[in-house]
Amino acid sequence: MEKTLQRCLLLLILLGSIRVTAVAQEAPIAFVGATLLPVTGPPIENGVIEDGEIKAIGPAGTAIPRRATTIDVSGHVIMPGLVDTHSHVGEVSGGDGSSALHPGVRTLDGINPLASSLNRARAGGITTLNIMSGSGHLMSGQTAYIKSRRANSIEALLFCEDVLTEICGGMKMANGTNSIRSGNFPGTRARSASMARELFMKAQQYGRKKAEALEAGESFDEIDLGNEALLEIMDGRRIVHFHTHRQDDILTALRIGNEFGFTPVLHHVSEGWKVADEIAAAGAPASIIMIDSPGGKLEAVDLVMKTGRVLEEAGALVAYHTDDGITDSRLFLRSAALGVRAGMSREGALASVTINGARMMGLEDRVGSLEVGKDADLVVLTGDPLSVYTHVHQTWIDGAIVFDRSNPDDLASATGGYGVYDRADVHIHGAETEHVMEGGE
Amino acid sequence: MRRYTALLLMTVYFGVAAPVNAQIAVYGETVYTMDGDPIDNGVIVIEDGRISAVGSQSRVRVPSGATIYRGAVVTPGLIDAHATVGLTGITNQAQDQDVQENSKAFQPELRAMDAYNGRDPLVGFLAGLGITTVNTGPAPTALSGGQTMIVSTGASTVEEGLIKAPAMVSVTLGNISGAYKSPGTRAKIVAEFREAMLEAQAYTAKRDNGAAATLRGEILADMLSGAIPILVTAHKAHDILTAIRLQAEFGFNMILDGAAEAYLVLDEIKASGVPVIIHPPMIRTNGAAENAAFSTAAQIHAAGIPFAFQSSYEAYVPKTRVVLFEAAIAAANGLDREATLEALTIGAATILGISDTHGKIAVGRAADLVVFDGDPLEYTTHACTVFAAGALVSETCN
Repeated sequence: MEKTLQRCLLLLILLGSIRVTAVAQEAPIAFVGATLLPVTGPPIENGVIEDGEIKAIGPAGTAIPRRATTIDVSGHVIMPGLVDTHSHVGEVSGGDGSSALHPGVRTLDGINPLASSLNRARAGGITTLNIMSGSGHLMSGQTAYIKSRRANSIEALLFCEDVLTEICGGMKMANGTNSIRSGNFPGTRARSASMARELFMKAQQYGRKKAEALEAGESFDEIDLGNEALLEIMDGRRIVHFHTHRQDDILTALRIGNEFGFTPVLHHVSEGWKVADEIAAAGAPASIIMIDSPGGKLEAVDLVMKTGRVLEEAGALVAYHTDDGITDSRLFLRSAALGVRAGMSREGALASVTINGARMMGLEDRVGSLEVGKDADLVVLTGDPLSVYTHVHQTWIDGAIVFDRSNPDDLASATGGYGVYDRADVHIHGAETEHVMEGGE
Repeated sequence: MRRYTALLLMTVYFGVAAPVNAQIAVYGETVYTMDGDPIDNGVIVIEDGRISAVGSQSRVRVPSGATIYRGAVVTPGLIDAHATVGLTGITNQAQDQDVQENSKAFQPELRAMDAYNGRDPLVGFLAGLGITTVNTGPAPTALSGGQTMIVSTGASTVEEGLIKAPAMVSVTLGNISGAYKSPGTRAKIVAEFREAMLEAQAYTAKRDNGAAATLRGEILADMLSGAIPILVTAHKAHDILTAIRLQAEFGFNMILDGAAEAYLVLDEIKASGVPVIIHPPMIRTNGAAENAAFSTAAQIHAAGIPFAFQSSYEAYVPKTRVVLFEAAIAAANGLDREATLEALTIGAATILGISDTHGKIAVGRAADLVVFDGDPLEYTTHACTVFAAGALVSETCN
C-alpha cells in the first residue's frame, strides 16, 4: 500500500481559507506534491466539492481551478485530520458527587474553548474530538463532539448546528473500580450494573408515559433532561461511550447494552484481548488506550500493547484514543505506531486514529478520511505517520489552518516550554471526587 | 510453540535467567559499542556470560557451535538513571507501594534495597524492552525519601542483581507531598536541608573524636563528604538555582534531577559542573513540571552538560515509564541519535559511577546488551534479544 501511495503524488483541492488572511476567503486551496494517505478507498479520485470541503483528490495533473491558492507541500504526507474518541481537554467537567448517574448533564456547558489543552490537540493533528467527563461516575454526562477549531464559543466547535434541537454528543458511562466509591456511589460491580439498569428502566417508563400522553393528544409537560437523553440512547440516536477495562466488565457493558437495545462503544478495553471474539460478535466498536506500561490499578494489570492487533484480527472495529491528559494529544499518532509495533496492520493503525474513530461517533460521513465531499480536515506531516521522527507540519479544519509548525507560537505548543500550557488545565482523573489518584481512566 | 513462548514470557516476567549456551555470537548490522565508533556488520562473542570478543565480522572468529543471535542494531543494555520500579509495583495498591514514607519528610537513612521487589512484573517488563540497569529508589515526593540503588533488571532479588548501593540519596526541592505537615514551603524545605547538612558537619566531627555511629549520622556524613552523591530533584528554574546554591555552600556531590526548566538556566547549570538526569520528555505538563518541553534534552546536550534519561515516578499511569520511549521523543526533538543512545548507555553509566562495568560493549565485561530489529528509537522497532548481567533475559520481540 505504501509503495502505491508513494507513486501517487497528491493533489488535494479544498475550499477554505488560510489563517493569515484577515477575512476568510472562500477560494480553493490546492495542495500539491505530497504523498496522500486517504485511509479509505483507493488513493486517487477526482471530484468537486462545496464550502470547506474536499473538492478534488488526484495525481499530479489533476485540474486545479484557476483562482486556487496553490500550496507546495512536496516531500510531505497528508492524511485526514485525526479523530480522538476520548479526550478530556478543554477543562471539561461532568456530573458532581450528588449522584453516580447524570444523564442530563451536558459536558458542552463546561468546556472552555480557550483552554490551552486544545492546543495540544491541534499540535497533534487532532481535528475531531469526543470530549467527555471522567469515569468516577457510572454515567458522568453527555459527551461533546467537537472540532479543534479556534473559536471563543462552544457552539463554534460543535459538530451539531443547534444545541436545543440536535444531539451534540454521546453518553459517558463507566464500570469497574473507578466508579465504585462511597456515599451515593455503588460499592460493588453488581450494584454498579443494577443502578445503571434501574436508570434505563425508569427511562423506559418515562418513555411509555410520554408516548401515551402524546398518543392521547394530551400535553406532556414533565420533560426530564436525563430521561430524554436515555430515550435517545435506546432509540439508537445517541451513542454510549463505555469506560471499561477488565474482561468481565467489558461483557457486563455489552450485557447492559443488549438489555436496553444499544451497542456501546467500548473505551480503554485493557483486557479486550481476552474477550476479542465476544466483542467482535457483539459488533461493539473498541477504542483503546495505549499506555506505556501495564498496571497503575488492578483492572489494568493485564493491559498490553497487542490489544489493537488482537481485536483487529477478531474483526472488531478498532480505534485508539488519547484520554488526554493520560496520554498526550500531541503524540496521538504514537498510539497507532505502537499498535503496529505489536502486530497491527499499518492500514488498520491509520484507520484507528481517523475513520474508525469517526464511525464510533457517527461522524464518518463528514470526517475521518480524505474523500471528495468530506470536510477539509487534514494533517500535513513531515514524513511517515508512524515514525517517531515525523512532526505535524500543519493542521487544517474546514479548509482553515489551525496549527502551523513554522509559526513560533504553534511550535511552542508542539514542543512545550515556559508558560505554554496552563498547569490547571491537565485533567486529573477523579479530581472531581475525593479519590484523586485512584480514580483514573 | 505456544508453550515455548509462554515459557519465555515467564522468564522475562519473573526475572529468572534462562540457561545460556556457553558460547554465543550476536551479529548486528550496526553495533553501538559506546567504546569507539559504531561497528558496521559487527559481532560480539559471549562465553560463559562474558564478552570475549567484539569487532567486525571479518575480524572476529566466532566459535563453531555458538548459539547465534542476529539483529539490525546492537546496543549496550539501556540504563534508566532514576526510577522507582521495584518499589512502586504494578497493581498500585498499598501492598506494593513503597516509594513514599509518610512518617517524616527527611529520612535519608531509608534504603531502596530493603523495599525492592525484583519479581514485580514491571521489572521484567523493562528488561524485555532492553532496560537492563535501573537506579531505583524512593519517589521524589519527600524532602528525602531515602537512598537509591543500582540493580540489574535481569535479577529477581537484590542479592543477585545489586550493582551499587547506596547509589545516591534522593532530595527534592520545591514541591513535595502534602502528606508532610512540615516542611510546607520552599524556604522551609531548604532550611530543613541546611540544618541536616550542619548536623552532618557536627556528626562528622564527633565521630572523628570516637563517638558511636548512628544510622542517620552515617548517611548524612556520606552525603556531606560527597562519598554518596545527592540526587536533587528540582524542576522550576528557581529551585534549580537553589540546588546549585546549596551545593556551593556545602560542597556535596550533586546530580541534578528533573530540571524541567533547565532551558532557562543552562549557563548556571553548566558553570556548576553538575550532570543532569533529565525528566522524561513525555512528563505531563502540570505541577512543578508544568513548563516541561520535549526539546530540553537537546538543549542540555548542546550546552555541553552531561545528562541521562530517567523514567521518574508516576503516582498513576504509566506505572513505569520506559526510558527508551522517552529518549526517542528527545531524539525527535533535536537530540541526535548517537547522543541519545550515549545518554541511555555510557552517559548514564558515567553519571551513576558504574562506567567501569556498564554502558559499553567491551571485552571482559558481563554481557549486557540489546538486539533491535531496526533503529532502537523508532516506534515500530522491537527489542528482540536482551542480555543482562551475563544472562539471556528475553528473546521475545517487544
